[in-house]
Order: sequence, then structure tokens, then C-alpha cells
Amino acid sequence: MPLRSKDLLTIEQLSVDEINLILDTADSMKEISSRDIKKVPTLRGKTVINLFYEPSTRTRTSFEIAGKRLSADVVNISTSSSSVSKGETLKDTGKNLQAMSPDLVVIRHSAAGAPKILADALPASIINAGDGAHQHPTQALLDAFTIREKKGTFEGLTVSIIGDISHSRVARSNVACLTRLGARVKVYGPFTMIPYFVEELGAAVAPSMEDAVADTDVIMMLRIQMERQSAFLFPSLREYSTFFGLNLERLKRAKKDVLIMHPGPVNRGVEIAPEVADGPYALILEQVANGVAVRMALLYLLIGK
Amino acid sequence: MLLIRGGRVIDPQNGVDEQLSLFVKDGKIVDLFPDAGQHKHNLAGARIINAEGCLVVPGLIDMHVHLREPGHEYKETIETGCRAAAAGGFTSVACMPNTNPVNDNQAVTEYILDRAAKSGCVNVYPVGAITAGLKGDFLAPMGELREAGAVAVSDDGKTVKNSELMRRAMEYAKNFSLPVICHCEDMDLAGNGVMNEGCTSMRIGLKGIPNAAEDIIVAREVSLSGLTGCRVHIAHVSTKGSVDIIREAKSRGVNVTAETAPHYFTLSDESLETFDTHFK
Repeated sequence: MPLRSKDLLTIEQLSVDEINLILDTADSMKEISSRDIKKVPTLRGKTVINLFYEPSTRTRTSFEIAGKRLSADVVNISTSSSSVSKGETLKDTGKNLQAMSPDLVVIRHSAAGAPKILADALPASIINAGDGAHQHPTQALLDAFTIREKKGTFEGLTVSIIGDISHSRVARSNVACLTRLGARVKVYGPFTMIPYFVEELGAAVAPSMEDAVADTDVIMMLRIQMERQSAFLFPSLREYSTFFGLNLERLKRAKKDVLIMHPGPVNRGVEIAPEVADGPYALILEQVANGVAVRMALLYLLIGK
Repeated sequence: MLLIRGGRVIDPQNGVDEQLSLFVKDGKIVDLFPDAGQHKHNLAGARIINAEGCLVVPGLIDMHVHLREPGHEYKETIETGCRAAAAGGFTSVACMPNTNPVNDNQAVTEYILDRAAKSGCVNVYPVGAITAGLKGDFLAPMGELREAGAVAVSDDGKTVKNSELMRRAMEYAKNFSLPVICHCEDMDLAGNGVMNEGCTSMRIGLKGIPNAAEDIIVAREVSLSGLTGCRVHIAHVSTKGSVDIIREAKSRGVNVTAETAPHYFTLSDESLETFDTHFK
């Protein structure tokens, strides 16, 4: 098996070589999506289950398309129309699914650690598609893939992650992934949303929005996670967008070749102005396109051999 | 030209504390000399102030005043408050936000600064609110307040009851380098008390407020300052317990300072035995 674990639960479990293997594999997968017939037989006869306990557009569709382009049979379970709404536990749901012999289960859950519980209970491979505020490893890998495509290397790069770091699994996975690959990462946002000890993950806290925007090669904007937080973290959307939003005025002080990324969903006008989100430096839709390639690579590496 | 003669000149910045005369020309101090000594200045036409028995000090700063404008002009206005400050030697004042409307937004801060420019004779530094309307429900827009000219935030007159909100306020204030000034009083414990709870309150039958009402909140604010790293200033400290808590926190390097008021260290609750409300 090309990866050491049957599962992808966190970035921390991956060695630098494994990350590079995933990105290199995604490179060759990307071409498949540009073909007229976007399908290869690699995973024919394999079964992939998408088990999503939280709403998702991008990630769920991305995994489904990735599986189908590799000829796997992909089954989607949305919890609102399943036994979960009848009170079944995660472990029981997992065991019932396992009884139908899937090769891989993709899980998203609002509770940190849910994918680990499933991974320990099931022989099938598990991919964490986001667990609470813990990890979203495939997002970090597709972000790294996108940066590598544009910049070629991570050595000497600085990446600023701006916004609600406390509640963000994307931030945790990205800090882990980018620092492993050699980039410098700094975070900024209202200090109500910057967790203490974030430095322990390898990220520096930027002193100001100006510093976070001006002195960096990549700006990654995060949305405010209204669904996860207390009501006291910032006074109003007006304040938030004025002091923590990325607009054209702030962007004037950024490097000429800065890359702007956002994992979505975008709250236009709040953390990122529409002119910036739709502007020439923004890679938001390229991130989505690359997500399919990276997930194809992961499915292939986990259950393709 | 102005000669201020024979006062006790105190200038901490330059380490001066002695009996001196002071000569001012074109609005600037040009000479300091011993009272009895000779000097080279021609005093023709100079105004002379006899300062014997007075302190001569740099302009004092009162970081805790209530100018009451807007909304309570029947008590005080920016003009009268500034004149009172100047009369007492204070050339800069920071005014608390419990006006009507509350100074919890840019418009009120700008109004205060505008009125101060037009009618105030000393420097006025507005303090913005910690929570919208001083209600203790949501954060006030501190970024906007800072940009408009606020120098600190406070819900003075009220304690922010919700400890999580206070934590977030301190964190958010750090983004804008605003110190948080805390009025420390557990409102439930203070209840409708009117004086210090002690022997005097017991004897004269007025409802007392225990020192613990202040100590408890001081301990909370100091603890939250330690957690968040926010610059915290404890307003009008009045109990020994508060002093002990603040001293201990400072010795640990917590970013906390404090102030007190003259009546807290010159008077005691015994003054109230006469029921003279001047002492309340």
C-alpha cells in the first residue's frame, strides 16, 4: 500500500513523502477531468460511501465525482433521510454500512473525532471530510496542490490565513500541511477568533491586518462560522468587513503576485469583497477544480491497489 | 510673559521637586530659578502669580471624568466640565461613555470631540463603551470607536456581567490596542445597598455593600487579563481586597493598573453617621 494507513484522518498522520506522493498523483489525475470522456476504469468494482452528517456542496460533490471518474460505485447518505434521524449511533450506522462491504467511507461530522471512531470500528478505509473544528485534510491537500501549481515550491513562501481560526478545521489542517511542506504560516483575525497556543501548531500570529495582507505570498480567507460560535466574537458584520475583510484597498498593499484563496462557502462582502473574490488573483474556483483531482488521487492511493 | 513665583515645582519627568519660580514667554517655559535668586528677565508688563504655598505641576490628566454631554446637560456640559478640570490643574480628561445616547459608536465619539473643540478648554479624550448601549449583551464596535478617536473602552457605572462577554471584549480590544477600564461591582451582591457594609451601616440602619462585591469582580478582571493579555485598568478601587489582588497580579506581570479616588483614602463610613449626603 502506498500510504501507511488505511485511513486519512489528519494531516499530522502523513509524512512529507506521503503528501508529495498525493500531490504528484493528483497531478496525473487532473488531466482526466479535461478529457471528453471523463472516466477511467481504475476503481471498477469498488464501493465508496459518502456519509455526511453536515451540509456540504463542494466536498460531497467533489468526492462523488472523483469516485465516479475512477469508475467506483458511489453511494451518498445524507443524514436527514437516513436512520441517523431515528437515533442510530455513529458506530451502529458504521457497522451496518460495513455489512454491505464498502471499500471506503467518506465521513463529515460536526463532532471532532467522529472519523477516528469510525476508522477504529470498520475495516473499510475512512476519509475525514471534516470533523468539527478538528481537521479537513483533503481541503488542505487541495490547497497545497493549488499553491504548488502556481508557485512551484513551498520553500520561502509565506501563507496568511485570515478569519475565524478558532472554529476552523481548514485552518488546522492547512497550518499542519503547509508548515510540513516548508512554508511559513501566519494567522490573523479578531483575537476572539484566534485560539491560544496556535503557535504550537507552527503558525505565527500576525500583529495586524496590514501585516497579514502585505507581507505574504498567499492570502487564505476564511468565513465566519456562525453555526459553531458564541454571539460575542465580533460586534457586527459591518465592523468585521471593515477591519478584517479583504477588499481592493487593502489588496493594494499586497505583493504583486499574491494568490488569494478561500475554501468556500464565501460570504460575499463580509470576509472578502466581491471585486476581490472575482478578481484576477483569486483561485477560489481553481481550488474546487483541483479538489476533484486530489480526491481521485486519495481514492486511488487508499483503495486502488 | 508670565512669572509664577515661589511655588513648589514638581515635574516627575525631569526629577524636579523644589521651591522655584517659573518664567513663561510666548506660551513656553523659558526659565526655572530659585525663588530668592537673581534672574535676568525684564518683568515689565509681565503677569505675576504668587504661588507660595501652591504646587506648580505639569498639566494633570484625569483619566476618569463624566462630562455628561450629550444627554445630561442639566448636570454638566463639556464646556463646564472642562472649565472645572482646568480650575483644578487638569489639562487633559478622558470622559466616560455613559451619556445619552451612550458613546458606543462613531457618531457620538465624533460629537464629543466636535463639542470639545468648540467649547472645551482642555484636551478631551472620549472613552467608548465595551458593550452596545452599556447593556452587557453584545460588543460595541470598538474598531469604529478607535478610528473615531476613542482612547479606551469601559462600561463605567456597570460591570459587564457575563464573563464570557468580558473575555471576548478584552480579546477584541487587543485588536485595536484599546485598554479596557473596568467598573468592578457585583451588582447582585451590591443590591440596593447605599454605603459600606460594616459597623456603621449596621448601627445607622442603612443597607450596606460588602467589600466582596468589588473584590470578586476585580479578581475576575485580573484573571481575564491574565488569560487574554489585554491591558486592563481597574477604576476607582475602594477596598483593601482589591489592592491585594491587583498587587499580587502585578507581581506576576499581569497587564493591569488601577486608580482610586480621594474620598476612598481620606474619609471612612463613619462620616455617614450624621446622614449628611455630601459624604455618600
